[in-house]
Amino acid sequence: MAILVYAEHDNAHLKSETSKMINAAGQMGGDIHVLVAGENCQAIAEDAAKIAGVQKVIVADAAAYKDQLAENIADLVLEVGEGYSHILAAATTTGKNFMPRVAALLDVAQISDIIAVESGDTFVRPIYAGNAIATVQSEDNVKVITVRASAFDASAEQDAAPVEASGSVIESAKSEFVSQELTESERPELTAADVIISGGRGMQNGDNFALLNGIADKLGAAIGASRAAVDAGFVPNDMQVGQTGKIVAPQLYIAVGISGAIQHLAGMKDSKVIVAINKDEEAPIFQVADYGLVGDLFEVLPELESSL
Amino acid sequence: MKVLVPVKRVIDYNVKVRVNAENTAVDLTNTKMSINPFCEIAVEEAVRLKEKGTATEVVVVSIGDKSCQEQIRTALALGADRGIQIDTDVNLDSLQVAKLLAKVVEEEEPGLVILGKQSIDSDNNQTGQMLAALCGLPQGTFASEVAIEGDAVSVTREVDGGLQTVKLALPAIVTTDLRLNEPRYASLPNIMKAKRKPLAVKSAADFGVALESKVKVLKVTPPAERQGGIKVADVAELVDKLKTEAKVI
Ligand SMILES: Cc1cc2nc3c(=O)[nH]c(=O)nc-3n(C[C@H](O)[C@H](O)[C@H](O)COP(=O)(O)OP(=O)(O)OC[C@H]3O[C@@H](n4cnc5c(N)ncnc54)[C@H](O)[C@@H]3O)c2cc1C
Ligand SMILES: Nc1ncnc2c1ncn2[C@@H]1O[C@H](COP(=O)(O)O)[C@@H](O)[C@H]1O
Repeated sequence: MAILVYAEHDNAHLKSETSKMINAAGQMGGDIHVLVAGENCQAIAEDAAKIAGVQKVIVADAAAYKDQLAENIADLVLEVGEGYSHILAAATTTGKNFMPRVAALLDVAQISDIIAVESGDTFVRPIYAGNAIATVQSEDNVKVITVRASAFDASAEQDAAPVEASGSVIESAKSEFVSQELTESERPELTAADVIISGGRGMQNGDNFALLNGIADKLGAAIGASRAAVDAGFVPNDMQVGQTGKIVAPQLYIAVGISGAIQHLAGMKDSKVIVAINKDEEAPIFQVADYGLVGDLFEVLPELESSL
Repeated sequence: MKVLVPVKRVIDYNVKVRVNAENTAVDLTNTKMSINPFCEIAVEEAVRLKEKGTATEVVVVSIGDKSCQEQIRTALALGADRGIQIDTDVNLDSLQVAKLLAKVVEEEEPGLVILGKQSIDSDNNQTGQMLAALCGLPQGTFASEVAIEGDAVSVTREVDGGLQTVKLALPAIVTTDLRLNEPRYASLPNIMKAKRKPLAVKSAADFGVALESKVKVLKVTPPAERQGGIKVADVAELVDKLKTEAKVI
């Protein structure tokens, strides 16, 4: 039995999801190998080799893998993944994109978004926006799994395991990368941040999100948003926290002008400490908040910034 | 070009979900059911393609027991042309759904299939990708923009880092994200018209797809409840609590 973990990275850095998945893999039992697919990703492979528990890293370095196109990556994972008992990817937009293709081509089910491992064949996952928790057992001969990284701790470090190259280059003729618009930010990533401050429809417009900047600077926080704030065009889509956006579990989550719809709660209610700032004392967000402050955010935010 | 839109009947997104007393499933008795919100966006996109003259026919398909005809009718009222119900009372995994849909794709030969990115009940986010793999087709998931360009489709995708645009050769599979469009409301005349649109019923058993899942649900439990917190009087108290009690700043 061996487990293949598909490394999450952006061709420049290994992402923290990888180390957390390796922790999850460790609870399933078996050797752990990591597949790094990308372009110029040798350094990333070497970083992956230093995560405790990893026996081997396989690196597939080719232009065809740079943009993580599902058609190419799925076929690569099928080829490299032959003989493994488990194949894991992060429940990010990359993992969610290619993994179901792998499962379908192996003729097995995919178990999405696991938050705990009970054994090598039994896993726990939220359903209905986290309003129910299912424990499922798979009889498939290969377990194809996406992991909600925020539910697992990072693994420790080790002396580097060996790194070997996969010469495979798979390029679909049916799909091609055109362009990307990535949000540039000096702040930590939402899914890796210890502190997050998020704004909702109550922020009224995109310019007002600047009110969160000073606080985020002082706390080293990432900035998130509700769906309503994204839909209204205040901020880009990659800031959406929730059932169908990013799932986060920081030490501190501050929700500002967010009502607390179940779809938003699904993305942040596992945060260690939750603060809600809302002018409506009946807002459902207060039911999950450790500390609730009823007030007008336009008064509260400047005061909060100056008292930090 | 024909557009195929698979739609799923799910619990309405406004309903507060409860786990049943036996801890085996979510209690769905007497709950309001609706078309999965992402499927509604998919139907809207297909209907817009037809209104623009790009699509010639919009076919919706739903897999489930007779009750999912209600969601097919909803899609027809939004402007789809005809419906197919694949009748089964088995609770299917995404893989089985994708296998059945692959048979429909084989029969109907659509130029484009638009699915939701995710069902809000199972939260699987799998079916479109699986269907693409089974049919050997390219995929554009989590779409916020879809543009047909001759024999290809350009899809802008909402990804964790921002937006990514891919170009796919048709036929292709697209799954919708929230920003793709804002679905219209069905007008009363269109709801009436939808009742007369064709709806074919087929038995899932006739497709020659093994419907049993290899994944057993051992139990379904409510999530851990968060301990109720406190209200603070002002910013000073909030900062003090975060520093001295919660120790998170
Ligand atoms: C399929 C589907 C998926 C979804 N996925 C997500 C998701 O992933 N993430 C997500 O967030 N939502 C999601 N939603 C949307 C969700 O249902 C809510 O509509 C959304 O979360 C509401 O955002 P909001 O709290 O910012 O806005 P509102 O509900 O409008 O709340 C605004 C809040 O701001 C407060 N406020 C206003 N002015 C001030 C002020 N001056 N000072 C202080 N407070 C003020 C108000 O009291 C109110 O509570 C989804 C919905 C569907 C149907
Ligand atoms: N029973 C079903 N009938 C028709 N379409 C479905 C069904 N289940 C899932 N789908 C489609 O697949 C999408 C994603 O579902 P899922 O993979 O279950 O999250 C949905 O938005 C639908 O478009």
